[in-house]
Amino acid sequence: MVLEEKKKIEVYDIGGPRLTFSYGPQHPGTGHFRMIVTVSGDTVVDLEPDPGFVHRGEEKMAEYKTWITNIPHLERPSILDAAGMVIPYCLTVEKLMEVEIPERAKYLRTLIAELDRIASHLYWFSLYGIFLGHSTMFLWCVNDREFILDLSQHITGQRFTHAYYVPGGVRNDAPRKVSKELVKEFKLYYSRMLGREPSEDELSEDFKKYVVAVTHFMDLRLDHYYEMFFNNEIFIERVRRVGVLKREDAIRLGVPGTTLRASGVKYDTRINDPYDAYPLLKFEIPVRTEGDCYARAMIGFQEIRESLKIIRQSVEQMPEGPFKLKQHPLIIRVPKGEALGRAEAARGEMIYYIVSDGTDRPYRLRMVTPSFRLLPALRHLSLGARIADIPPIYWSLNYWPVEADR
Amino acid sequence: MTWEKLRKILDDVKEAFGEDIEGEVFLEKKIAKVIVKKEALVEVARYLKDRHGFDHVKGVTGVDLSRLKEGGGPFIEVIYHLGSLGDQELADSILNLSVKLDLEKPMVSSLFSIWPSVEYHEREVYDMLGVIFEGHPDLKRILLPEYWMDIPPLRKEYKIPGRE
Repeated sequence: MVLEEKKKIEVYDIGGPRLTFSYGPQHPGTGHFRMIVTVSGDTVVDLEPDPGFVHRGEEKMAEYKTWITNIPHLERPSILDAAGMVIPYCLTVEKLMEVEIPERAKYLRTLIAELDRIASHLYWFSLYGIFLGHSTMFLWCVNDREFILDLSQHITGQRFTHAYYVPGGVRNDAPRKVSKELVKEFKLYYSRMLGREPSEDELSEDFKKYVVAVTHFMDLRLDHYYEMFFNNEIFIERVRRVGVLKREDAIRLGVPGTTLRASGVKYDTRINDPYDAYPLLKFEIPVRTEGDCYARAMIGFQEIRESLKIIRQSVEQMPEGPFKLKQHPLIIRVPKGEALGRAEAARGEMIYYIVSDGTDRPYRLRMVTPSFRLLPALRHLSLGARIADIPPIYWSLNYWPVEADR
Repeated sequence: MTWEKLRKILDDVKEAFGEDIEGEVFLEKKIAKVIVKKEALVEVARYLKDRHGFDHVKGVTGVDLSRLKEGGGPFIEVIYHLGSLGDQELADSILNLSVKLDLEKPMVSSLFSIWPSVEYHEREVYDMLGVIFEGHPDLKRILLPEYWMDIPPLRKEYKIPGRE
């Protein structure tokens, strides 16, 4: 048995025209994730996803830590999308405690969640681009992401993995002013990218103004992105009509997030099971029907625009008031019972199922991550594809190995 | 709205299956769960799919109930979190289908033939709690290394080395 497994790691001839080889886990194109691929000539006849190389036992660890000390390690599966990982945890704990968070906390949560969504999507595009040979895409996305992360840092104190959310609200309030250095740096970047200086009206140290200026800048940059990547023949040739996921298959395999919406299903937890400030804001859920690698990328692109809208609305509508229920203690006790909570992370629906036995730590904590639910789609799409189509299929799904393995 | 709908579905399932339903947990805004007998799991699952339109499984959870003070016992509970994508009316609800298995010999029929989306989730429950799903096409380890020889790690008797 063990010998059989070992054999699979190497390339070997299995008779006839077929060949089985291992794509990963050290391959730079997959992250720490392995695909066991069987090919006949250039065509993939079987692809078996083999996750687990970055399994950290988050669920077992959660049973040893208290309700509050669980927060920092639960966001590790997807560090750029810390908000998406922790909001559903806080929502579920709040359901068990039967509390409602203050209005201002709802807006602050929404604001950070959308900043994280943009940062996560930009990082996705940067990797998507570089594995299709587009190094400009990598550099642009990573560069622009910097100002989104700086903004996160100003509000939460940390660029990512900010442990900003606590059951009952958020850890600290947003500042009234941003620092001079940040404004100066952003002004310089703005003028280099867009060829003109922002006026005093557009950009100042005032927090609200600064946030709005960053979102407007991103909006203009997205027009550049469209011309450079998404409307670029080189990119389109690699991804259009590749890896088509039909609507029935998407539903049958239960895929979440951008992949689902690119296959013509209008489903987003922010609309279908609204939480935090989302029911009070106006935004669209982009849906496409093609279901190919291009549609999946475009959904992410359109989602960034919608996120920018949400950010602008939330800073403008944010009321004054408390940002958490009370000074949160380090040890809380959660009443007995079980609850299920969910939220829309950057990669799709994130679900927590928590059983509490009334002590200071969870009895059982189950996290269902969106990436794990993408595995059947990865296999389904690769069958019959060419070897050269594996990178676009893999990256268009926005699969993240650490998030899947937990 | 969501919870009224779920209440109706639970009542309908209870009426259709009678004695095969062991119990339910219905806590508004928290959870809606129906606990079925092991033998009736496949039938109830098919009924929920065909009659009520739950077209995919969002996740499968295994819980070791042996150390739970209230409502615990020598059982492993396997919970299927059911959802619907095709039916917009039902898309805002999650129904939990649960079955309690013997801790010593946890075996149950796989729901792969009804919902193909359970494939990797069931493999994970097998990996983490040692539950055998009969009829699963490819039941093997998924997250743990192939050479894992200890007891399944999410069972309560397994202690993380060096802690407590």
